[in-house]
Amino acid sequence: MTLNFALNGRKLSREIAPDETLLQLLRDCGMHSVRSGCDTSNCGICTVWVDGKPVLSCGYLAARVEGRAVTTLEGVKDEAEALMRCLAAEGADQCGYCSPGFLMCALAMFRELENPGDAEMRAYLAGNLCRCTGYASQMRALAKYAEGRRSK
Amino acid sequence: MISIQEYRFAESLDEALALLDAGKRNRVIGGGMWLRLGHAGVRTAIDLSRLGLDKIEDAEGEVSIGAMASLRDVETAPCLRELFGGVLSESVKPIVGVQFRNMATVGASVYSRYGFSDLLTALLALDAAVVLHRAGEMPLDEFLRNPPEKRDILTAVHIRKDGRRAAYRSFRRSKTDFGVLNVCMSVSTEGDWRLSVGARPGRATRCPEAEALLAAGDGAGAAKAAAENLTYGSSLRGSADYRRHLAEVLTLRCWDALREDGAEARDSEPTDAGRDEA
Repeated sequence: MTLNFALNGRKLSREIAPDETLLQLLRDCGMHSVRSGCDTSNCGICTVWVDGKPVLSCGYLAARVEGRAVTTLEGVKDEAEALMRCLAAEGADQCGYCSPGFLMCALAMFRELENPGDAEMRAYLAGNLCRCTGYASQMRALAKYAEGRRSK
Repeated sequence: MISIQEYRFAESLDEALALLDAGKRNRVIGGGMWLRLGHAGVRTAIDLSRLGLDKIEDAEGEVSIGAMASLRDVETAPCLRELFGGVLSESVKPIVGVQFRNMATVGASVYSRYGFSDLLTALLALDAAVVLHRAGEMPLDEFLRNPPEKRDILTAVHIRKDGRRAAYRSFRRSKTDFGVLNVCMSVSTEGDWRLSVGARPGRATRCPEAEALLAAGDGAGAAKAAAENLTYGSSLRGSADYRRHLAEVLTLRCWDALREDGAEARDSEPTDAGRDEA
């Protein structure tokens, strides 16, 4: 079937299988920030945005994005820069595999919530598993980033 | 992984129902959350996302939740945070993560009658009805016990606004996991008490014996009745005995929460502040 959608602001038309996942499609489109983790819609590593909302691309049918806008980390590089630096400075990216999914969910959170507190951030990011950091460094990075936003 | 041969966006509910009736292997796709863990071979996947079924409407006598509203929509809808003690919003919060809840739909959770469903447990304690395109509107309780024989399409869930206050408690081995046991309790302004217990691990069901005791003001008796009168099973997340024990504890916690909320006059019984921490 033919799929028409927008990827990071660019209109695309692709031939896809009806049961192809969004993850497969995005990898095939060269979006290598989108990674496969648990592959069962649980861990958050494959997070991308569909019409601005974070979803798990491993469990999302590519056919569903017909006429919609998909955003990967490649499409919000500039917006992600400051948060990436906070993650690096706090050692919150030990192996780095979960970082793109974490960044996509965290950026969606900062777009959605004006000034999220500690509990709100933990709740919003509960679906992003990280097996290296133990989350303390990520929370420090988020606090630092949030502080930076407030002082702007 | 679920395989799909053809993907169709239905342009009307009649078309969707006709597609469903056209073959046994044709399926309505809700959020597609079993895509990776399921094994079905689907001939035609029917997508309802273009039918405007994703709205949550707060009308005068009832709230209507469209079948394609996501669990995240339920969580964030201002009216659902307010009404019924916010239990609908609360019940979906522990489900995996924001991304998952942006995908999973109300229609699929309800129509599939999943035993583990947090949302069903909460809805069942309210005065809720399902709207089916073929069979029409029927009480949720009846739908869970005796669903229509013919496959149907759920379009919305209606909840009567009867001034009901409610409390929801679930017990999980870890955050974001399925509940080991879910309990929801409510009371209307007329004093109609309801109690539903889900993830037993069977599907949510009400407990009339416990509801009668709640109406009589006997919370402890109701908690025991919920443990004794419902059936509990063992699964990877907990044994039947453990679930039975949890049923009593969580029922009592709901009772305490509703009493503290002003449903009943408080007595001098000391409360255990640590109870709600689990």
